[in-house]
Amino acid sequence: MAKNDLLGASLWDAYSNKVTTLMNNPNHQGEITEQEAAEHGNRLIVADFGAESCGDAVRLYWEVDPKTDIIVNSKFKSFGCGTAIASSDIMTELCIGKTVKEAVKITNIDVEFALRDSPEIPAVPPQKMHCSVMAYDVIKKAAGLYMGVDSGTFEEEIIVCECARVSLKTLQEVIKLNDLTTIEQITDYTKAGGFCKSCIRPGGHEKREYYLVDILRDTRREMDEEKMKAAADAGSKGSFESMTLVQQIKAIDAVIDENVRQFLIMDGGNMEVIDVKPTEEYVDVYIRYLGACNGCASSATGTLYAIEATLKEKLSKKIRVLPI
Amino acid sequence: MQVYLDNNATTMVDPLVVEVMQPFFSEIYGNPNSLHKFGTASHPALSKAIDQVYKALNASDNDDIVFTSCATESNNWVLKSIFNDYIVNGDKNHIITTEVEHPSVLSACRALEKEGTKVTYLPVNHQGIVEPHVVRSFITDKTALVSVMWASNETGMINPIKEIGEICKEKGVLFHSDGVQAVGKIPVNLQDVHVDFLSMSAHKFHGPKGVGALYIKNSQPLSPFLHGGEHMGGRRSGTLNVPYIVAMGKAIELATTNIEEKMASIRAKRDRLEDALLELSDTFVVGNRDNRTPNTILISIRGVEGEGMLWDLNNGQIGASTGSACASEDLQANTVMLAIGADNELAHTGIRLSLSRFTTDEEIDYTIEHFKKAVLRLRAISSSYAKVGPTPGGESKACELHH
Repeated sequence: MAKNDLLGASLWDAYSNKVTTLMNNPNHQGEITEQEAAEHGNRLIVADFGAESCGDAVRLYWEVDPKTDIIVNSKFKSFGCGTAIASSDIMTELCIGKTVKEAVKITNIDVEFALRDSPEIPAVPPQKMHCSVMAYDVIKKAAGLYMGVDSGTFEEEIIVCECARVSLKTLQEVIKLNDLTTIEQITDYTKAGGFCKSCIRPGGHEKREYYLVDILRDTRREMDEEKMKAAADAGSKGSFESMTLVQQIKAIDAVIDENVRQFLIMDGGNMEVIDVKPTEEYVDVYIRYLGACNGCASSATGTLYAIEATLKEKLSKKIRVLPI
Repeated sequence: MQVYLDNNATTMVDPLVVEVMQPFFSEIYGNPNSLHKFGTASHPALSKAIDQVYKALNASDNDDIVFTSCATESNNWVLKSIFNDYIVNGDKNHIITTEVEHPSVLSACRALEKEGTKVTYLPVNHQGIVEPHVVRSFITDKTALVSVMWASNETGMINPIKEIGEICKEKGVLFHSDGVQAVGKIPVNLQDVHVDFLSMSAHKFHGPKGVGALYIKNSQPLSPFLHGGEHMGGRRSGTLNVPYIVAMGKAIELATTNIEEKMASIRAKRDRLEDALLELSDTFVVGNRDNRTPNTILISIRGVEGEGMLWDLNNGQIGASTGSACASEDLQANTVMLAIGADNELAHTGIRLSLSRFTTDEEIDYTIEHFKKAVLRLRAISSSYAKVGPTPGGESKACELHH
């Protein structure tokens, strides 16, 4: 929020001239019939995406030459706002003359780019980006019908934010690499969630399979688990010596808590770790006895050996325990 | 020709209203709280404005009508002060409102929910009406307030405020009504109807933006929303907005004098427009027109998405409105359409046309012509009216709508 956000932007003013022109006079609006396609010896493919109940729907028509797989003609019908109609129109234009395999490579970003007046200025405001996504989806569907395969096979990765085409894998990597903790940071780093906002959390414009809030939470949890596991591994692999002082004291405390302290307390005593000092030959662990342990004969013999043996077994063979 | 049919959003300021407010900018500009004659010079005009508002609403002299900056302030004041007075500093914990209120009520209620208040959002029936027995069934001894809008901004449907008021009175629960779409459009008689608090806004009845009021029955306690110099008898601080208060008085007088006559004239134009648009196939209008503000039509046109329709109307110099998905920032379906249980398909096809007493018959003729043209063009593009069906396997599923 700042000066430029005080007045809500005028939605329609943010459309490119191309969007406005195509909305007012779409070039490829209409239908292709079976009969027309057959007369040219071509195959007709008709695919739907979206529905009136979703707020936008598009029907794409392809006339494909079966010998070359080239889309020789394409038309559309659309239930939608201005940007949906303009996106559909430019989509058909992008399809014409391409082979079906080439057409599959058209993304929503290509569609939006083709609607721009100049390369630097977006054709539509952020919340309208999802209109171009429909174009991308319906092309995949038409190609699937033509090739007799499921349209899902064209998608190599799981796309979480369709507007910005950001995959699940990318999101997980970016969160981990940059130690991201908020949705705003994710949007800043990847643009995901910056457009129609459906992918941020349930309840938006569209129902999604993955939401950024869940991905962030799960990835953060994974990161925490990895950290803990790394620490635990470090302990079990005898790399106790490579831990920081704080980590070493924590690790010792954990072993004492689990194996030793209860027995000392039963006898009215206790102990605390004072310091850890590595030397050439040993890792010296300085401890102080508390309560009944103080002055107990065993504290310099049996008890001490037991503590040392436990720490040696669990953490490092080089440990030597010195009471002070 | 250009036609403004978005009078439920805001209205043109009546030139007669502009005229009465003029002297209070550069001639009579003193602070009404000052003792000198510069200050007191505005008092006669302010008294007149107060009289005009009381008379228009048939309020009792024992009631307070406090000028505010807008109805959003009035609504927030009631909800947040009731929360403060009866929930934080009392033994209540519950507020009842409806699913179809204006955002200034809904958002304030959501904010209070975060503070721990229980809020019930009542559903409406297929006519978009809140049924009195539903209100009754949700009132408990912990209910501090019932807040139900008098008339809907989206549909124009008029709620049974008299019946709901009686129920609240009987149960001893405070009753607030957001009267923004009722005051100046239909008769509002506060001696006939039991309402504890009523919000209103001048710019909905040909007054200026930036001035509204809150009616408080019997001058009952309600802690102030704005603290400061103890203006308006200590109820609402802030230097009186003299020209705008004077304007509101004039505007409400103009709107409510011979209101039945004015309503009949607007209604005749509205009904003619509505009948003409309903000649189009696959259309319907929400709510029985006898129980609707006489200026409002919410029409659904199958196969034509709301924002696309607004676009074409705008190209034809007609200003209308939609609550449909694409027009709003959050891309939600029209919540009122969903609340009245309209088919999912129709939630994105609503167009609201709202007339005023300045709408002319020529404008109606022009609108009918352009509206029909726009529907023909957009249906020609619409996939809903396509003849060639999808290749087997190419069909798509309907959407699951969520609130």
